Amino acid sequence: MGNRRFGVSSALRHICAAVIPSGIPYFRYSWKKEAWNLFFVTGIGVGAFLAALFISNPDPVQMNPKLIAELQGYGIKDFAGLMPNDLFSWSALLSLRGLLFIVGGGFLVGFGTRYAGGCTSGHSIMGLSTLQWPSLVATICFMAGGFLVANLVVPYIIRL
Amino acid sequence: MDKAHVLDKPSERELNTDFELRSLDSSQPAEAWKVEKTWSLLKYGFAGMVFGVILVKSEVISWFRIQEMFRLQSFHMYGVLGSAVLVGILSVWMIRILHLRSASGESIRFRPRPFHRGQIYGGLLFGFGWALTGACPGPLFAQIGAGFTVVILTLISAIGGTWAYGRMKDKLPH
Repeated sequence: MGNRRFGVSSALRHICAAVIPSGIPYFRYSWKKEAWNLFFVTGIGVGAFLAALFISNPDPVQMNPKLIAELQGYGIKDFAGLMPNDLFSWSALLSLRGLLFIVGGGFLVGFGTRYAGGCTSGHSIMGLSTLQWPSLVATICFMAGGFLVANLVVPYIIRL
Repeated sequence: MDKAHVLDKPSERELNTDFELRSLDSSQPAEAWKVEKTWSLLKYGFAGMVFGVILVKSEVISWFRIQEMFRLQSFHMYGVLGSAVLVGILSVWMIRILHLRSASGESIRFRPRPFHRGQIYGGLLFGFGWALTGACPGPLFAQIGAGFTVVILTLISAIGGTWAYGRMKDKLPH
């Protein structure tokens, strides 16, 4: 469309550059030149809002029964929406596990994507589409990290 | 003139480790990077909206789907991501073969990405966060839009993580 380098996670960097005044070199650049990215992420929010409002699927996610059984074993009761309300709601925020999922997870997403220089859209989709091997390395690491935490750490945190 | 423009001189720029920021590439002619007018940026907002609808309808913003993916319990996410990459490869191939241009007539270039170790360490850290939040950065915005307002805190925390990376960047191995 506009010959831009597609990637969502850099929006986080632009927000830092735009709203947190500091002398950190990483955030001293002309973020206005990348403003298209902020329009794009705002659009994502609006699109998701409209989709959830008008064309949402009334049924729960058709997930693997094994996952449901496993999560029920950890005390997750609500499988109705796209997200488990037991973990991602304002009331869950008051619990240690909610805090780790919501705030801890967010921090890792922000830190990790910038350290890796891209996220799922920038590396896995755009990078692989242009057949770049560093993006394949990054994607493999995304998946490896996810496998590790989903299988070994998430079950532990949910039971906190 | 704001401070950021001082860095427009290539000699004063730091190494660009960020693949998503084209305007930071020193090889980029500065005049090609005029700040776009607001109305012309709206098209990106519209593209984002379409992407947002797709993220919700394909259920990739679902924490449950992400857990399934990392437990190899469902093909769903692999199907969505795999087809996105396939369409991407085909599109890039067509752009190259047909010499397609952007809407404003620029030729479209794909620049090679140098490898650095951050892709390994950062990639793993992001993977940890992805499994916890069930969201990569795009879906964070979509989860908020879809009504999971507490994710605003996840987003703020992600912005904090980004800031922390920027702060420590020079001390981390790349």
